[in-house]
Amino acid sequence: MLASLRPALVLFVALTAITGLAYPLAMTGLAAAIFPAKAAGSLIRRDGTIVGSSLVGQSFASPGYFHGRPSATVAADPADASKTVPAPYNASNSAGSNLGPTSAALAERVKGDLDVLRAENPGAMVPVDLVTASGSGLDPDLSPEAALFQVPRVARARGVSADRVRDLVAEQVEGRTFGLLGEPRVNVLALNLALDARLRQ
Amino acid sequence: MTINGWIQVALFCATVLALVRPLGGYMTRVFKGERTLLSPTLGPVETGLYRLAGIDARSEQSWLGYGLAMLTFHALGFVALYGLLRLQDVLPLNPAGQAAVAPDLAFNTAASFVTNTNWQNYGGESTLSYLSQMLGLTHQNFLSAATGIALALALVRGFSRASARTVGSFWVDLTRCTLYVLLPICVLYTLVLVSQGIPQTLGASIQATTLEGTTQTIAVGPVASQVAIKMLGTNGGGFFNANAAHPFENPTALSNFFQMVSIFVLGAAMTNVFGRMVGDERQGWAILGAMGVLFLAGVLVTYASEAAGSSVLNGMGFTGGNMEGKELRFGIVASALFAVVTTAASCGAVNAMHDSFTALGGLIPMINMQLGEIIVGGVGAGLYGMLVFVIVAIFVAGLMVGRTPEYLGKKIESREVKMAMLAILCLPLMMLGFTALATVVAAGLAGPANAGPHGFSEILYAFTSAAANNGSAFGGLSGNTPFYNTTLAIGMLVGRFFVIIPALAIAGALAAKKTVPASAGTLPTHGGLFIGMLVGVILIVGGLTFFPSLALGPIVEHLAGTAGQTFATGG
Repeated sequence: MLASLRPALVLFVALTAITGLAYPLAMTGLAAAIFPAKAAGSLIRRDGTIVGSSLVGQSFASPGYFHGRPSATVAADPADASKTVPAPYNASNSAGSNLGPTSAALAERVKGDLDVLRAENPGAMVPVDLVTASGSGLDPDLSPEAALFQVPRVARARGVSADRVRDLVAEQVEGRTFGLLGEPRVNVLALNLALDARLRQ
Repeated sequence: MTINGWIQVALFCATVLALVRPLGGYMTRVFKGERTLLSPTLGPVETGLYRLAGIDARSEQSWLGYGLAMLTFHALGFVALYGLLRLQDVLPLNPAGQAAVAPDLAFNTAASFVTNTNWQNYGGESTLSYLSQMLGLTHQNFLSAATGIALALALVRGFSRASARTVGSFWVDLTRCTLYVLLPICVLYTLVLVSQGIPQTLGASIQATTLEGTTQTIAVGPVASQVAIKMLGTNGGGFFNANAAHPFENPTALSNFFQMVSIFVLGAAMTNVFGRMVGDERQGWAILGAMGVLFLAGVLVTYASEAAGSSVLNGMGFTGGNMEGKELRFGIVASALFAVVTTAASCGAVNAMHDSFTALGGLIPMINMQLGEIIVGGVGAGLYGMLVFVIVAIFVAGLMVGRTPEYLGKKIESREVKMAMLAILCLPLMMLGFTALATVVAAGLAGPANAGPHGFSEILYAFTSAAANNGSAFGGLSGNTPFYNTTLAIGMLVGRFFVIIPALAIAGALAAKKTVPASAGTLPTHGGLFIGMLVGVILIVGGLTFFPSLALGPIVEHLAGTAGQTFATGG
C-alpha cells in the first residue's frame, strides 16, 4: 500500500489539474471564442433587455400568448423554507412531476387541465403534450397540433383573425432534424415574440 | 410505434457499429503502448507524469498489486471529493453562493462519483458550486471511467496471456486511457455540444425579464465540458437536476443522438479491443452480438409500451403515447431508446423521467441494471461484467457435456467459477436486501412519492441503480435523507468493488494458466450457439433472481393499470 502512495498521490493531483481544471477552463475559453452566443446560453434580447433563452421555456398565462406545456418545477416557499410551492418554468430548479402511470394525482391533474382546455376550444381534439408535464419542466417546445389548438384563444384575445395567427404558427414549425431525428415542434418563446412583433394587440 | 421511430433506432445502431472497429483498433494500440497519431503531442506529457510519480512504465503488477493501486487511488479520490463538497462555501468559483454540502449528502455524492454511479441526490444547479462541478465531478467522471477500462484490460490480459504473473500496470492503463482516449474525444465533443446550444461559461445565473414581465432566473455554467465526459465515460451525473432532459444539457434532437451514441461507443469498442487482444476479433463480435440481442429486445418492449401510452391518459381519450415526463423535441422514440441505452450501459443520464414511464416501459431499465449492466455496459465495467457471465455460461456448458470447461484456451476451474459467482451474487444482495429493509422501516417508507406498487418500484429502482452503479432514478423517491444517503452509498461501494476484486482475482488466476490448444471437443465461442447459450444463462440467472421483486412492482402495476386502477397517496 505504501509503495503505491507516491504514484497515487502524484497522479491524482496531476490528473485532477488536467481533467478538473485545465480541461473545463480551456473548453470555456475555446467555446467563448468559437460560439460566444451559444456558450453564454442562447439568450434573446429585445430592446436591450434579456427576455429569456431560446432553449429554455418560460411561463405564459395571459390568453394573448401561446402557453407552453405544464411544468412541475417548484421553488422554496417564501413563508416556510422547508416547503416548496409550484413555480412553473423555474429555470434554476429543473424537475419533472415524477408521477407514475397509475397515480391518482396524475389522473386528477390531467382531468383538470383537460376541462379547462375543452372549455377554451370546444370540439377540438386535445393534443397529449398540452396535459403532460415535461421531464425538465422547462420544455421550450409545443407540438404543431398543440400550438394550433390555441389559435382561437390567441386570435380572440388579440382581436385578429384566426387565419393570420395560424399562418404565423405554420411559419414557426420546425421539422425533424434531417427529416429524421426528433419530432416536429414549435418554439413557444419564438412564436410569442413573432406574435408581439407582427400581431400587436 | 412508427416507421420513422424504427429508422431512428436503426440509425443509432448503425452509427455505433460503424465506430466499433476504428475505435477498437485505436484503443488497442494505445493500451499496448504503440505509437498513435497523438503520441507526438501527448507522449511528453505521459512520460513527464511517470517521471514525476516515480512510475516505471515497463514494470507491471500482479492482480493483487493492481487491485491495491486501484483501491489506494480511489480512497484518495473519495476523501478529496468529500472534502471539496464540505468546503465548497469557502472555496472560489461559487457565484450562486451555494452552502456547504451536508455530511450525509457529501458521503453519498462522493461514493456515487468514485464508483462511476453518479446517483443524483444532489440537485445540481441548486446545490453545487462551479468548482465542485468541475474539480469534483468532472474530474471523477474521467477517473472512474478510466478505472473501468483499466480493470477490463487487466481481465482481458488474463485471457490473452499464458503462464504470466502480471496483468499490467494500473498507473499506466489509467494514464493512457485518460490522456489518449477520454480527453481528446471530450475536447472535440464539447465543442460539438456547444454548437448545439449547451452553455459553457463561468458567468453567474442569467436574470431574464419574461414577455409577461416576471423575472426568470436561468441557471447556466460550465455545462458542455461536463456533459461530454458524463456521456462518454458512462457516468451520467447531471449538471442540472433534470439531467439530459434539461434543454441546456440536451438542447436538440441531434445533441440527443450524439449523446446516445457516446454512451455506447467506448463500451462497444471495448469488445473489439478484447477480440484484438486475444487474437480473434470474432470473439469480440460474439460478445457484442449477445449484448445486441438483449438490447434490441429491451428497445422493443419499452418503445412499444411508451407508444401505447398509459391507462390514465388513454382512459381520457388521448392518443400519442405517454408524454408525461418526456420532452417534446425527443418525443416517444428518442426517450424510450435513451432510457434503454442509459441503463444497458452504466450511464444513468436520463432525457425523460423514468418514474413517469409506463409500468412495462420502466420495467426494462430495471432489468437492464439487474442483469448487471452487461449490455455494452459501463466503459470497461460492461466488458468485465459480461466476461464473468461468459465464465458461468462456459461452466454450465461444460457440465452439460461432462468435460472441463475452457474459454479461449484457458481451462475454467473452480476458483474462477467461485469468483464469478461472488461477483454475480453481490448485486442481488445489495439490490434486494436493501429494498427489503427500506420497505419495513419508517425511514425507508418515507421515501416514495407514489402510492401502491409504483412506490415499491421507486425503492427497488433506487437500490438497483445504486448497486449496478447506474445512477438513474425513479426521481419521485426522496433520496436525500440520512437513511437513503447512507444505504445507497453502501450499495454503490459494494456493487462496484465486490465485482471488481473478484474480476481481478479471475484475471490473475487466468493469466497464470497455460494455454491449451483447441480440440475437436472445444465449444467454439464465436458462433450463434454460444451467443444463444450466453443470452440464456444471463436471462435465467437474472430472471430467477429478480422476477419476484419485479412481480411486486412493475408487473402488478401493469395489471392494475390495465384494469383501470389508480393509487392515491395518503389513502
